[in-house]
Order: sequence, then structure tokens, then C-alpha cells
Amino acid sequence: MGTSTTTAGGDRSGLERSPLSRLPDRALSWGLTSLAILILALIVFFFIRLIGESGSTFSTFGISFVFGNDWDVSRNIFHGAPLVVGTLITSGVALLIGVPVAVATALYLTELCPRRMRAPLSGLVDLLAAVPSVVYGLWGVFFLAPKLLPAEKWFANTFSFIPWIGGGGSSATPTNYFIASLVLAIMILPIVSAISREVLATVPAENKEAALALGATRWEMIRMAVLPYSRSGIVGGAMLGLGRALGETIAIVLLIGDAPVIGHHLFSQGYSLAAVIANEFGEAQGIHRSALFAAGLVLFVLTLLVNIIARAYVARGSRGMRVGASADLAMAAAESRS
Amino acid sequence: MIPSETRSKEPTMSTARGPVPDQEEAAPDLSAMGERRAGHGITVNGLNAYYGAQHAVKNVDIDFPANEVTAIIGPSGSGKSTVVRCINRMHEEIPGARAEGSIKLDELDVYDPGVDLTAVRRMIGMVFQKPNPFPTMSIFDNVAAGLRLTGTKSDNLRERVHRSLRAVGLWGEVKNRLNAPGIGLSGGQQQRLCIARTVAVEPEVILMDEPCSALDPIATLKVEELIDELKARYTIVIVTHNMQQAARVANSTVFMLDGEVVEHAPTNDIFTNPKDERTERYVTGKFG
Amino acid sequence: MSALSLPEVSPRRRRTDRIMRGVMLAATLLALVPLVLVIFYLLKEGLGSINGAFFTQDPSGSFFGNVGGVRSAILGSVEIVLLATVIAVPIGIGVALYLTEYGTDSRFATVVRYFVDVMTGVPSIVFGLFIYISLVLSHVGGNFTAWKGSVALALLMLPIIIRSAEVVLLLVPASLREAALALGAPRWRIIRKVVLPTAAPGLVTGSLLAVARGMGETAPLLFTAAGASGLTFSLSQQMNSLPLQIYNDVLSPRSAIVSQAWAAGLTLVAMVLILNLIARAISRRSRVA
Repeated sequence: MGTSTTTAGGDRSGLERSPLSRLPDRALSWGLTSLAILILALIVFFFIRLIGESGSTFSTFGISFVFGNDWDVSRNIFHGAPLVVGTLITSGVALLIGVPVAVATALYLTELCPRRMRAPLSGLVDLLAAVPSVVYGLWGVFFLAPKLLPAEKWFANTFSFIPWIGGGGSSATPTNYFIASLVLAIMILPIVSAISREVLATVPAENKEAALALGATRWEMIRMAVLPYSRSGIVGGAMLGLGRALGETIAIVLLIGDAPVIGHHLFSQGYSLAAVIANEFGEAQGIHRSALFAAGLVLFVLTLLVNIIARAYVARGSRGMRVGASADLAMAAAESRS
Repeated sequence: MIPSETRSKEPTMSTARGPVPDQEEAAPDLSAMGERRAGHGITVNGLNAYYGAQHAVKNVDIDFPANEVTAIIGPSGSGKSTVVRCINRMHEEIPGARAEGSIKLDELDVYDPGVDLTAVRRMIGMVFQKPNPFPTMSIFDNVAAGLRLTGTKSDNLRERVHRSLRAVGLWGEVKNRLNAPGIGLSGGQQQRLCIARTVAVEPEVILMDEPCSALDPIATLKVEELIDELKARYTIVIVTHNMQQAARVANSTVFMLDGEVVEHAPTNDIFTNPKDERTERYVTGKFG
Repeated sequence: MSALSLPEVSPRRRRTDRIMRGVMLAATLLALVPLVLVIFYLLKEGLGSINGAFFTQDPSGSFFGNVGGVRSAILGSVEIVLLATVIAVPIGIGVALYLTEYGTDSRFATVVRYFVDVMTGVPSIVFGLFIYISLVLSHVGGNFTAWKGSVALALLMLPIIIRSAEVVLLLVPASLREAALALGAPRWRIIRKVVLPTAAPGLVTGSLLAVARGMGETAPLLFTAAGASGLTFSLSQQMNSLPLQIYNDVLSPRSAIVSQAWAAGLTLVAMVLILNLIARAISRRSRVA
């Protein structure tokens, strides 16, 4: 690439790159752009096909597919309320159990933990995400479910005055909403904790110092300077955990009991959208199969919505807070780790 | 003069309620805090502070007289901020940092093992280099933050918050928007807000670590005016890079170099007739 | 001068502080309990079934006699995930490169990034459904085949790779890129000689983590690769895989098969853990500021 004097013939090849040498660059740019377009097209394509396959279900059952309570394979009736309800219950209870523990863990690891222990302990918590779903299912079925059944019965009997949560002691089964939710809570804990940790790390040290300098105890400092600042981000992280919980299949199908009904209490069996697909797809024909696609569609839309709201929440939090490193990017790092 | 940070967003832009002109600007009014009371001094004896293996403060003895402003000047790395952070025991918050020696507030040694950290920090307040109001809190809540820790309740709380805002001369400017976010104020106002927050819990001593270095000249002057008023009630220690500032506000000045106290004298003497050659070289600008 | 005493710090405040700190520590320990228990039980129940036959025989699938081993499952997993990786990693890094090198300001890139984000939240079974609809139903190249399972897994791994690669690529100091540009180097050469080598450890780490994730997935394979007992190396047939094998065996009435499921689980977790640890080791050894 040396300089050259322009000759009368206008030969400035030294300064100007030949079209040929620019080709790889353009090819690369083109190639990568088309890749990106491909991804977009793929998602749209799948969405449309999924709608197509579920079409006959919605034309046959209409809105009762989602709200009607009668999922009967033998009579070819597919009203999926038990599925939707089961999905929501297990995810909701999983959040209830998992998010507080995850956030408390994140707080410990960022604010209280001795520096030397921080990386190893964080790594261990992250390792929870490495265990495959089917292994959690296996462990849940043979260890956790039988182990906890007596305690669940005791709980239901002791608190029988609480509607739905208590009172089912005598009919509690080893597989039920609760045990599925508990294992689900364990599964979402690492991602909620990882995202919370990233969010907590962005709290400006100067605000923490200000709190301490006013004579706050460590916990008061967390309450005053750390939590309010991180609230949006943590909520976003919890919602991402929710998204994960909604879509979880294998552990649920092994632990929820796969009963196509809305269970009468926390310790009875139920079903979920993902579980029904996994279970019944193999032998499904015709309208049954279409119903399963429809279940998949509902699940897809549900998780999509939750995800979109979650990310909006995190973005809102970080924009308003003048966060240094983009919280979104930090989230990407956290997610890819789990 | 230290180049200042540009003024942060004017509150008019952030509260989104239309322009609110600054109210009448009041001078600081310490009498709002109640009857005069004498302050208490600090005596530092044999202070050694470390960051890990680095010996940052070496055997420092300083007397900070009550109801006076004492400035600490010196080049970067001289240990002046570290000394000040040892006084309210913030130094040990840094991982690996420790300090030994005696720092007495009156007869009380803050390094006494039986002493409660939070109580010490209540008695010895701190204003930081960069104004740091709590971003999620309103102006009112910022000032109330320390009071709420000790369970001060509504009427009493409100009265004390208003009092503190009056005391620092911010009342006129914010009285109609106490619920606006604290970070919506200008840099100088934010810093005075932080001072109000510190003053609200009624400490004996106020430590200031380069409080004006992030402010523009006008805001700086207002803070300095405030410091002049504050010394009537509090003992003030101010770390500063700016020698003219020390000359303007401080009764006496300490010159530190490489972790040691070189000279401590009435401000006038330090600048016009320094005893130590190193002091003379610093104040005449030959280094630092 | 009145004598000075420090203000009283209410014992309630001190107690609250102590309690909350205890709660946070307890939560962390609580979070680790399942990890310990899972590994403990995997070892306790699974170690006994691990022997030579475990690795050299295929599952017999019969109700009586020899249960066989999980050879076809292990090899099938490796094959399916390998193909998925070959598909997902180049495409993923390519899209990430697009986002960081060419698309930092364009609206289109923002849309792509958003869609990729959204993809991370799609349930794994839905990916299986997608591939089922588009490839299996249409009988493209057979019914249930291993390569279709790989495509489903690749879809799952793609957003993970793209996002982690994007993070890593953005960490390459702008000064390096600018220096090369100032020397007149064309974009593609900068990417090949400057960006990719610098980002390589991080890209490998991200890919390994995606692979570990792919290894553990069952749902996407249910109606794509669909599983088999016998060993096959042909990607255009149904193929077994470890997660599928475990899933099939969990509810088996034969306790010997259940024990084998534990052992298979132990093997799977070991493989995933090793991938994770290698990924972390690489990431640690190459800390980019």
C-alpha cells in the first residue's frame, strides 16, 4: 500500500484498492447480513407454520381450548384449561420459592461474601444450571418426591384451613404440583441469581459509602442504597426465570403426575402445556395432534410475552439509572453462563 | 482552580413539569438547627494505615480543634484522604485495608474495640468528593435517610428535614419540590443536599473529602460560604487540592507528604511563612 | 465542654442486621444443597452400574435378561451434538460478527438482536415442534432422523452462541481495530487476523457452554431424532441419545434399568461438567482486562 505519484494515465492503484480486493469484504458483509436475515425469516416461518397446524383446533374448540376444563383424549375433546392452569401454578410457585432464595444468594455473594470465596461460590451456584433437566427429573422422582411426601402430608394436614394449599393431606401423591414446582425452583435459581448478581454489581459504590457514612448497618445499607437501585433489573431477572419455568418440559412431565385435570390442592396431580406435548405427541393423530400443536402455540406466545416484558423491564431499569456497563450485555453474559 | 464538572441536569428538565425557576436563594442559616452548642475536637495519635502491604499513613499525629475548620493539603498520594477516612472508620471498608492507632473524639477512642461502628459514623459525618444523593430518593427522603435509620417519626422527621435544608441554605430553592428526585438538582445543589443529609443526624464532626472538586466556581463559593457557617456548630476537617480554598475557609492547615505530616500551622502561616522547606516548595507550586 | 458519649444503637437494629446477614448466608448454602444432593445420589445409585458392559453394549430394550449398556446413547449423543455444533457455531459467530462489525448502528441489526434475545426464551420443546413441522411432517430426507434432531439442537444453541459471542467480540479493544483500519487493512482481514484471534478464547468458551447445554436437552429430540436402541452411525436414521435413554428408562418397572438410568445420568452430568470446567478454565486463563 505504498503511495504512488499519479501518472498522466491516472494510475492510482497504489492508493485505491482494486474492486477485486474489495470482493471478500463485500462477500463477507453480504454473507453475514443474509445470515441475520435468515434467522429472522426462520422465526417468522416457524410461527406461521405453528399457527397453521393448530388451526383446526381453534376452529373446532375456539376459546374453550384455553379456558375450558376438559382434556379428554378418548372423546377427542381438547379444552386445555388444566394445561394452562398447571403451567401457571408450577411456574408461579417456582418463582415464589426460587426468586427470594436466588436474590438472597446474589446479595450474599456481592455484598457479604469474603472476597476469596466469591468466585468459587458463585461458580457452584452457576453449576446448578449445568445439570440437565432429565437428571433433575430422575432425581426428583426417586429421591426428592418420596423423601418429601411425609412432610407434604404433614404440612397439608397442619394448615388445612388454608384453601387449596392445605387440606389435601390424605390424598397427597408423590408426584404433584408442589414437587414439580420445587424442582423447577431449583432449576431457575441459577439464572435469576446470575442476573441479579450482575445487576447488583452495577450499584455505584459511592451510594453505598454514603449510606455507611450515615451510620447504617450493613443490612440497612443494602436496603437503602442497593436494593432500590437494582429493583428493575432484579424484577427483569425474575421474569426471565419465569420464562424459563414456563417452558420447562422433562422435569415437569416426570413430577407433576400428568393428570389432565386441575388439581384440587397443591399436593395433587396436574398437567402442563409442555408436559402434555411431551407425553401425548407420540401417538397423537388428527385433531389430537393439532391440539398439541395448539398447546405449543399457546406456550410459545406465553413465553414470548413474558420475555418481551422482562427485557423491557431490565432496559427501563438500566436507562433510568445511568448504568455504566449495559445491563443488557451483562445479562447476555449471565445467560450464556447458565 | 480545579476545572469543574459541568453542571448536571437542571431540575427544570428532569421533573417534566415545566420550568420551575430557582426560588429565592437563601444564605445558610445555622440558627435553624437550634441553640448554639459547642463542638468537640478530634485528636489523632500515632495513626498508621495500610492498604494491604502498602503503608499509606505513617505515624500521624494531628489535633483538630473543636469548632474550627482544619484543612489538609498535599499532593496526590500523600495520604490525606486516607487519614480522613480513618477518622470515621470508612477506611476499613476497603478490602484488605486496616488501620491502627488512636483517634479520639473528645475522650472517646473510635478505635476502641468495644465501640459500635455505626455509632461512630453517626457522630462523625462525611461529605464526599462527588455529590452522591441516593438516586432513587426524593430531596426530602435523601435528607431524611439518616434520620429514618434511628426511627425518627413523621412530624419530628419533617421538622428536622426542613431544618437541615434551611441550615445549608437550600430551603428556598427546593421547598416547593421536596418530592422531586434528588439527582435532578444541579451539582452544587446536590452537594449541599448531601451536606444537609449529613447535618440532619446532628454529628459532632463533619469530614469533607475534596467536596468542591466536582463543582463549578459559583457552586464552590456557596459551599465554602456554608462551611464558614457550619463551623459554629461542628468541627470540620476538609481535604483539599486547592490551596486558595484552604486559605479561604480553614483556620489551620496540615501539610502532608508521602503519608506523613510535614507541618501543621494556622493557615496564614503555612502559606506566608512555612517552616519546612517541603511545605514551602509545595505552596509555591514547585511540585504537586 | 460536656462529656461525650456515643449515641445508643438500638439493639433491634443490630439484631436485624445479624439476622438478615444470617438469612443471606443461609440462602446461599440452601441453594447449594440440591447440587450436593444430586451429585451424591447420582454417584450412590449410578456408580454401581458402571462397568465394561455399560459402555460397550447397547440397551437391550427387553423385559428380561441382560439390560445391556448405553453405548448407543453415548455415541448418539456425541454425534447429534457434534453435528448441531458444526451447524450452530459458524452461523452463530457469523451473526454475532454481523452485529458487532457491520450492524452497530443499523435499525436492522437492532431488530435482529431483539429477535435473538427473544429466541433465548423459547422453550426447548417448541424448537422440537418447529423442526417436526417443517422437516419431519414434510418427510424431507426421511421421517425421524438424527440430523433433524441436530438441527433442533442447533436452533436451541444458536441464540446462546450469538449472545455470548457478541459480548466477547465487543470486548475486543476498539483501538486494535482502529489501528488495523488506519493501516488500510480490509474489513475481512481485520476480522480474520485481529478480531477473531483476540476473541477466540471467549468464543470457544461460549461455544462450549452452548454445547454443554445441547448435550443435556431431551425435549427437542423427542420428535425429531426420536431415539432408538440399536447403535447406528447414520445420521439419516433415528438415533439414541443419553437424555432420551434416561427419559425412557426413568419409569421402567425393572429396577436394573432404573439403576442404569442413574448411571447414564451420572455419565451425562460428568460430560456436561467436564465441558463446563474446560470452558471456565479457558475463560480464566485468558482474562481480557
